Amino acid sequence: MNIVEQLPVLLLVIPLLTALVISLTGVFSQRSAFPLTVISTGLVLVIAAWTLARVTTDGVIHYRLGGWPPPFGIEYVVDHLNALVLVVIAFVGFLAAIYSKQHVVEEMPAKISQFYTLYVLLITGLLGITITGDAFNLYVLLEISALTSYALIAIGKDRALLSSFNYLIMGTIGACFYLLGVGHLYIMGGSLNMPDLQGILVNLYGTDAIQVAFVLILVGVWVKMAFFPVHGWLPNAYTYAPSATSCMMAPLMTKVSVYVMIRVMFSVYSPSFTFETFAMHTEIVWLAVAAILGGSLLALAQTNFKKMLTYLIVAEVGYMVGGVWLANRLGITGAVLHIVNDALMTLCLFFVAGIVLFKVKGCRFEDLRGLFRTMPFTMAAFTVAALSMIGVPPTCGFFSKYYLIMGAIEAGEWVYMGALIVSSLVNAVLFFRVIELAFFDAPRGEPVVAAAVGQGGQAPAAPEDHGGPAEADRDAAGEHGGHGHDEQVVEPIDEAPPSMLVPLIVVAAALIVVGLCTGEIVDSIVQFTVPAGLP
Amino acid sequence: MDVVIAKYNYWIYILLMMIGLYAMIAKRNLVKKIIGMNIFQTAIILFYVSIGAKRDATIPIIEHHSPAPDGAGHGHELAEAAHSVDPNLYVNPLPHVLMLTAIVVSVATLGVALAIVIKLFRKYGTLEEDEILEQIR
Repeated sequence: MNIVEQLPVLLLVIPLLTALVISLTGVFSQRSAFPLTVISTGLVLVIAAWTLARVTTDGVIHYRLGGWPPPFGIEYVVDHLNALVLVVIAFVGFLAAIYSKQHVVEEMPAKISQFYTLYVLLITGLLGITITGDAFNLYVLLEISALTSYALIAIGKDRALLSSFNYLIMGTIGACFYLLGVGHLYIMGGSLNMPDLQGILVNLYGTDAIQVAFVLILVGVWVKMAFFPVHGWLPNAYTYAPSATSCMMAPLMTKVSVYVMIRVMFSVYSPSFTFETFAMHTEIVWLAVAAILGGSLLALAQTNFKKMLTYLIVAEVGYMVGGVWLANRLGITGAVLHIVNDALMTLCLFFVAGIVLFKVKGCRFEDLRGLFRTMPFTMAAFTVAALSMIGVPPTCGFFSKYYLIMGAIEAGEWVYMGALIVSSLVNAVLFFRVIELAFFDAPRGEPVVAAAVGQGGQAPAAPEDHGGPAEADRDAAGEHGGHGHDEQVVEPIDEAPPSMLVPLIVVAAALIVVGLCTGEIVDSIVQFTVPAGLP
Repeated sequence: MDVVIAKYNYWIYILLMMIGLYAMIAKRNLVKKIIGMNIFQTAIILFYVSIGAKRDATIPIIEHHSPAPDGAGHGHELAEAAHSVDPNLYVNPLPHVLMLTAIVVSVATLGVALAIVIKLFRKYGTLEEDEILEQIR
């Protein structure tokens, strides 16, 4: 047996077995859970990266579970689109696992192994949704990831329990709608294998049942991804979830649902059905506009940093759905690129929110005051993520937004383009408000000295010279010099522990690296995800 | 009216689904919501199972009419029988198999939901959503 041939299934088998091992060893020792999680997610990352490399050189990989040929058995199909999403899931899962260590010890000291069991199962579910080529198998894995995420959210404090319950109700409705749609497809087509279904359905596009199935699946997936009118469950669920949970779930769950939507549109159905027979793209782009504007405006109204981020996710989902439904190459390229970029940006922002919660014990805007002084690295990474969300060129957020806007111009969807720009402006307002608080205001609890005000803001700004983004490539020595020339009492640096800081800096660097490599990523991967025959 | 009678299984599942959806969205009591959720899921299970059914068909185990006296030649006969199988005599097993999985999923969902409700009750001492919301504010 050639191990290389078995790698696609190992992507799922490794985390699944790890979950079992963690839950068993957890009976004896809570300490083995963390290293096991890191090792398994690390292995998954290596395999996912290798799979992506192999797909770019050899083309689509087909893997038959148990050797059964496609229409009868379950088949894994890895093409450029899901290879890319697999790498994103594995990358986020790996970094968030390292990052979660201190959070888990602090937030749930007695339940470490239980947490990591669920964590690894959630990663398994998400990888499975992405890799599978079978419509029903996708439903099962969708529910695996959903069930684990209900439990992971319910661990949190305050309103977490009720939010988790609401999410459970909404998530079940979404999954049931998806299942119902698949049922219609099965009645009409007699198959559950996606490539097989695509061939069978071509002759049935005119029938009502097939169109109803499409609507049912779309609505189901929209509930899962929190698309605007049905986004209600998301903000509370992600706000009150424990930091260790939300920093992994927020980047991944919605993005994977967007992936499922793209997969159904182009691999179960076809672009000709989606854009010619069904032809609702104008209406859906309008919904996307509502999502972008609604998410952005609701974000403006928040006073809690983490909750503001959750509303931004709602807006970002609108970006991606709208981009896909622009029905042209540029729009879909932008949407796929945005799946990657938004996962990284959200990860970075939720890392920051988690660190702030960890150190300051609060995530309201006033808790962020003066953080640039005490946590220069964290806030430098935050600045990078904020610039990326706004769409400032060297960061990756600019490039996907550029593709989306070009796609909107080509499709003549001026309102969508306007919504993207408005949303960028709102992001600028939101993030500069935070940066202003963190940069220029005195730290929380420290009385503002009259002299400092008299100097016209010069005093608070002085340590910032060394605490800004430039700090990232200097070390504490430079900071020491800052103390010397200014006899002010400055808050000592009180950074997050390295297990949080290192993943954060890696993601912040990734935001810039992915931005700089956008050309290569589009040329070698993303352009193949766009179905042929689109303008 | 003919449409209703000829396709009564679909009408029943739609009716059940709407009852479930109504309970999930409109009811204030959390346990009633969970019951609604279960009705909703059961409706879909009914939908799937009913599409596998056929009139005058039996369970999908292939019959071989002339049982072999011993082990020899058994496999050969079975293969021959499989070739001459009339699919109209057997119900479609696949929807039922799929629903076994869906039942497992719905039981798991029910378990998680009840666990969360128990924790909610311990924390707030009530199962009414509006009373819990009042306590949170």
